[in-house]
This record gives sequence, structure tokens and C-alpha cells, in this order.
Amino acid sequence: MKPLDWTTGHEAILYQACASCRKVQYFRRGFCAACGSTELTEKRASGKGTVYTTSIVTRAATPETRAHVPYNIVLVDTEEGFRMMAHGAGDLAIGDPVSARFTQFAGRLVPYFEKVA
Amino acid sequence: MSYITGVGLTSYGKHEGLTSLDLMSKAAELAIADAGLKRVEIDGILCSYSTVSLHIMLATVFAEHFGIRPAYAHAVQVGGATGLAMSMLAHHLVEAGVVKHVLVVGGENRLTGQSRDASIVALAQVGHPDYEVPLGPTIPAYYGLVASRYMHEYGVTEEDLAEFAVLMRTHALKHPGAQFHEPITVADVMASKPVASPLKLLDCCPVSDGGAAFVVSCAPTNQARVKIRGCAQAHTHQHATAAPALSELGAEISIAKAKQASGLSIADVRYAAVYDSFTITLAMLLEDLGLAKRGEAAARVRSGDFSRDGEMPLNTHGGLLSYGHCGVGGAMAHLVETHLQMTGRAGNRQVRDASVALLHGDGGVLSSHVSMFLERV
Repeated sequence: MKPLDWTTGHEAILYQACASCRKVQYFRRGFCAACGSTELTEKRASGKGTVYTTSIVTRAATPETRAHVPYNIVLVDTEEGFRMMAHGAGDLAIGDPVSARFTQFAGRLVPYFEKVA
Repeated sequence: MSYITGVGLTSYGKHEGLTSLDLMSKAAELAIADAGLKRVEIDGILCSYSTVSLHIMLATVFAEHFGIRPAYAHAVQVGGATGLAMSMLAHHLVEAGVVKHVLVVGGENRLTGQSRDASIVALAQVGHPDYEVPLGPTIPAYYGLVASRYMHEYGVTEEDLAEFAVLMRTHALKHPGAQFHEPITVADVMASKPVASPLKLLDCCPVSDGGAAFVVSCAPTNQARVKIRGCAQAHTHQHATAAPALSELGAEISIAKAKQASGLSIADVRYAAVYDSFTITLAMLLEDLGLAKRGEAAARVRSGDFSRDGEMPLNTHGGLLSYGHCGVGGAMAHLVETHLQMTGRAGNRQVRDASVALLHGDGGVLSSHVSMFLERV
């Protein structure tokens, strides 16, 4: 069964929490990558986190993505404890506290982080 | 015991009309001749993949095309680390007595065989298909993410990174086979078109056509006495999202294991061949490997330490950044150049002493690492 999150066009960021070892993981799979347990709970993330790093893309590779340049690719450390890749506002700096909304990119829904005051 | 008995390298750049198999064949022919062997004596083949000519059995396709019926053959896929991973496997196969002479070969018409966009799209697939690729990252963006963080943690600047592009270009000017022949300055790098911040066009290696090959044998076949002393790998993740902290990346793990396997230390190293897909890759790896102190690699470039006459000559052919990058063959050129240096055949690029060399390759987004020590005996 496919997740009902942004990867399938739904306005949500989901992750999995392991009941056995308490680790969390972002890339969805049928088991915990840390301990192998299948006792996973799917949870919805708050969308809050901290910017780990950023890179503004000015040279895109496809006609669909080229229409959007420049766009900022960010890695965000979420408050739930997993790291995720997303888009972000052009002014984001490493360490900024951020919050996610969603936007359209190359015909897909993608998470988009902005700085919170 | 295993020895690198022969090497072969084409020029990199445009090879209009040549296929991946053509380029692999040219390099293979050179390497076998260099080893003083005949085709029929090659009993093992390890080859790379080609993003232009995808095939599920490329080693067998190549063997048939080239006219060899090996006792052992298959392709290997570890991205940019493939060349050294194949060398490591050849070393172990030869040591185990499985085969006597392994031909290691890679080549692609990556520049003229497909559009640059197609190349960028193909390579972007190192990203996660569901959680990364839909966001439109490119390979420069993955390394741009790494660069931003590295600069933040260690105070490295864009001008620091530019030094590596200039160094590789300076070296390439002395090699007729290099893709680029015009000198560049730090100002040129800084003024080049932005690609994925903080990386600009001249921080990035080009896309090239080319081929490289070498023969790994159980005993020397000629005057060349270049022994594989020890090697090791480390694989910490595939995707940028899943990468560990900068201080826990694979280069530090693989170099520690390679030191153990070879009984050598960094103090023994006289020549370095380090993967340089982007300026940040080279800067980070030099520091991860211990060839420069943390945050000080650029200063060592400025003081000439990595130049031909410096303390630790580095990628004297010009590296991926300026010799060129034809896929797996790209980093194999580092080994070919190392071999020429170790056997005193590097002509006007010859360094004083290349008796012990350290090679390091990286695949993916600093995902897969191979470290290898070579010694002239």
C-alpha cells in the first residue's frame, strides 16, 4: 500500500517509528532498518525542523525542472528526529528554524520549507 | 601478491563516432601491450557499466567484441569508485589464484553518445526515486549540499575550493590527452556560471568520452614493479538524505582499514591520486584521508604542496576536473597516471619520487569509498 504523503500527492510528511528499538526512519519500508523489527507505526510529522544544509540549483536537467530555476534544495533535520530533502525559500541558512508548506514543482507536489520567526 | 603490469589510456574529450566498446577496446589494447602480454593470456575481465550502452552482461559483450574467452568475467557497479573497486577485486582474485592476469577496463562515449541533459538525468538516479529525485536535484546539487555544510563546519570558502580547480587545470596543461588546455585562475572559477550553490561550472568536472584500462597480474611481466600493497572499502549510505555526519563519512573508515591491510601510513606516501568530481570532493577527501589537516587543504594547494614539485604531488594528469570524466574510466585515469609516475614514464610531468602512492575513489554522494596503497618494489 502506498503512503498518503507528498510522494503520492498528499499534503503530508510521513515517517515510521519502531516500537522495538524506538528509532525513526523517513524512507518507508516494511521493517526497521536499525533492528529489523516489523513493528512499525506510521506517523505524521509536524513539518517543523532545522536547516542542515542548502544548495540553490541554477542548472536543471529537464525542461520541466528548468522552468523552476533557481530553486533551493534543502536537507532539514525534523523535530521528530529524521532528515529529509525538500525545497526551501531562497534565503534559508544553515541552522534556521523552519516550517513546511507544500507547493507544486514540475507537475508534482513537494514540501517547501520557510523560516519561522 | 598482485602487480599492476600494464596501463592504457585514451585522450579524454570528444571521440566523435566511437562507441563505449570502441573506447574500452582502445584502452584495453594499450594496457595489454604495455604489460607485454597477448590477448590470449588474459584470463579475467572486470569491466564497468556504461550509461550510454546499458547492458546486463557488459563484460561478456566486451570479451566477445575484443576477442577473449576469459575464465572469469563480470561488470562492477560502484559509481565513481568502480575503477578502484575493480582493482581491489582483481587484486584478491589474483592473490586467491583464481586467475593470473585480469584486464580491468572502463570507457564511455558519454559526451558525444548522449545529450548533456540525458547524462545529468541518468546520473541523478543516484538519488532516491521517491524521496529525492522528484525534487529535481542534480549531482552538482548533491555535492552542493555537502559543500555548504562543509564550508559551514570548517570555515572553508568558495575561493578555497576554486584553488583545486586551478591546480587540476595547471596539471592538465602538461598532458596532451587532457580535455582542457586553457589555463584558469581563481577569479575565472569564481566568475564561472553558478550550477548548484556554492558550486560553479569550473568547480564541476566535465562530461567526456574516453577509455582507461589496466592489467593486474600475479607476477611482474616486464620492468614495471608496481605492487598493490593493500586496499579497503567502506559504504555508509547511498542517498544524500541518509548520509552520516561529515565526521563519520566512509573515507576515514576505508583509509584506516587500508593502512592496516598495507602496513603503511600517510607518512610513507609520496604521490596521491584522489577522486575529484567536484572541487569540494577533492578538498574533503584530502582532509578525510589525512593528506591535509581539517580545513587546511586549500592552504596546502596555495603553498604548492600538491604541485608536481611539491611535497605530495596530486593528480598530475589533471584529474576529473581537467583531464576529464567519462564515467568509470574517469577515475581509472588517476591510476594510469600513478603507474606512469611510479615507473618513471610521466615525461614532463614526472615527479621526483613516486615510490609509494595512495589512491582513493568515491562513488555516489560520498557513499562508497575505496582506498588503495601501491608500492614500487
